[in-house]
Amino acid sequence: MRCQLCDKHASVHLTEIINGEKIERHLCDECAEKEGITIKSNVPLSELLSSLATAQQEARAVGDLHCPQCDISWSQFRKSGLLGCPHDYEAFGKPMLSLIKRAQEGAVKHIGRIPHNTSNEIKDQIRLLRLRQDLQHAVEHEEYETAANIRDEISKLTSN
Amino acid sequence: MDDSGPLGDIVISCRIRLARNIAGFQFFSHADAEQQAEVLGFVRDKVMASELKNDLWYIDMSEISALEREMLTERHVISKQLAQSQGARAVALSHDESLAMMINEEDHLRLQVLASGLQLRENYDRINRVDTMLEDSLKFAFSPDYGYLTACPTNVGTGIRVSVMLHLPALKLLGQIDKVFRAAKDMHLAIRGLYGEGTEPAGDLYQLSNQITLGKTEEQIIDEFIRRTVEPVVEYERLARKKLLKDRFTVLSDKIYRAVGLLSHAWMISSEEAMHLLSFVRLGINLELIKNIHLRDINDIFLLTQPAHLQALSGKSLDAGGRDEARAQFIRDRLSGN
Repeated sequence: MRCQLCDKHASVHLTEIINGEKIERHLCDECAEKEGITIKSNVPLSELLSSLATAQQEARAVGDLHCPQCDISWSQFRKSGLLGCPHDYEAFGKPMLSLIKRAQEGAVKHIGRIPHNTSNEIKDQIRLLRLRQDLQHAVEHEEYETAANIRDEISKLTSN
Repeated sequence: MDDSGPLGDIVISCRIRLARNIAGFQFFSHADAEQQAEVLGFVRDKVMASELKNDLWYIDMSEISALEREMLTERHVISKQLAQSQGARAVALSHDESLAMMINEEDHLRLQVLASGLQLRENYDRINRVDTMLEDSLKFAFSPDYGYLTACPTNVGTGIRVSVMLHLPALKLLGQIDKVFRAAKDMHLAIRGLYGEGTEPAGDLYQLSNQITLGKTEEQIIDEFIRRTVEPVVEYERLARKKLLKDRFTVLSDKIYRAVGLLSHAWMISSEEAMHLLSFVRLGINLELIKNIHLRDINDIFLLTQPAHLQALSGKSLDAGGRDEARAQFIRDRLSGN
């Protein structure tokens, strides 16, 4: 069978049903790839190896992340499950963020209690987060009056 | 605990704990001995200078015996970890044992408030006041993004663990306990045994607690826990008890009265068997099938026949066989009114 587009030998045979109509397509390798039907499957080994090596390098780089305060590394933390000092949360940046996300059902921001000796600016930031969550809840439950009040509070906080 | 609180026929006790760390120090497990001792001294001085000082016992773990530490664990006022680990550590305990502040557990400070029955909201009000009071003199590690910073990221944010100890004998008898567990797991809750993490359930007692500590306020976590977990499970257990009374009254009565018989007459009894039988007696009292034994007796027996308490009461160290004998005698005496 010949390719429907270029007359070369067809090696890709596709049956699609579009709007109840059966459409058969017969294409050669090159045309099928151009049409986005197939993707080049045989990646050269050298390419594969170098991307593997990069992934390993990245993993090693994450494992080698160190906290300058307590000197604990990411891989040490992963082994023991316990952090070395409060600064680790910042020092471990991205991997820490994704770990917290996994452990906390996707949550990455604190909206709970704030120590009373915290600066007002930080207090306001956390209150805003809390209000936005309340707002979403109110809208979802069609409590429009509550939602309006929350919006007022939010705009008060953001205009300061 | 003397009296049963709200929903006390099923909710034996409830607990809230907050994890806090002192800013500027390494976390406990990573700190060297010198720094651990410094944190202990620092926190001790602040706690014992607070307005709570007259109501607190300060107990340094290095100054009491392993048996005494085990007794504190059996009373649920310290964790197994605090009792058994190494390093400078202590607990400051209110005289009625309802408030405990563990120093140098996994985190520098772990506050807990314990009450009978379901009183989580009251517990939170109380622990919140203590937390606020401590903040006057202690600066806790806190980040605007992640909230209270804890040694393990599973506690980060609010640092709150809300838990209840539930007595679920009817669900167990009807073979429905696994269903409850599966539902709890779906809701990201942890189910543990009598003494928390890593312990097996015994005597049909199960500890349920929240896992998520970030992205919600403390009040939301507590409300959701009560509405979505405690109240439905209590309701299931009530239905199961009704079903047993209606459909399997003879089998149920047989189990309950046999339990009374065994406990009243045994001369040797293991802790495991005692807990198993006490569970039926507790059920019998709550269903008003047993009228001459009081819940207070069951609670006392439950606590006082555990290994460390039993040995303290006997005034000597006992091997497993000796404990089984002493336990049986204690129960016989208590149930016959001596």
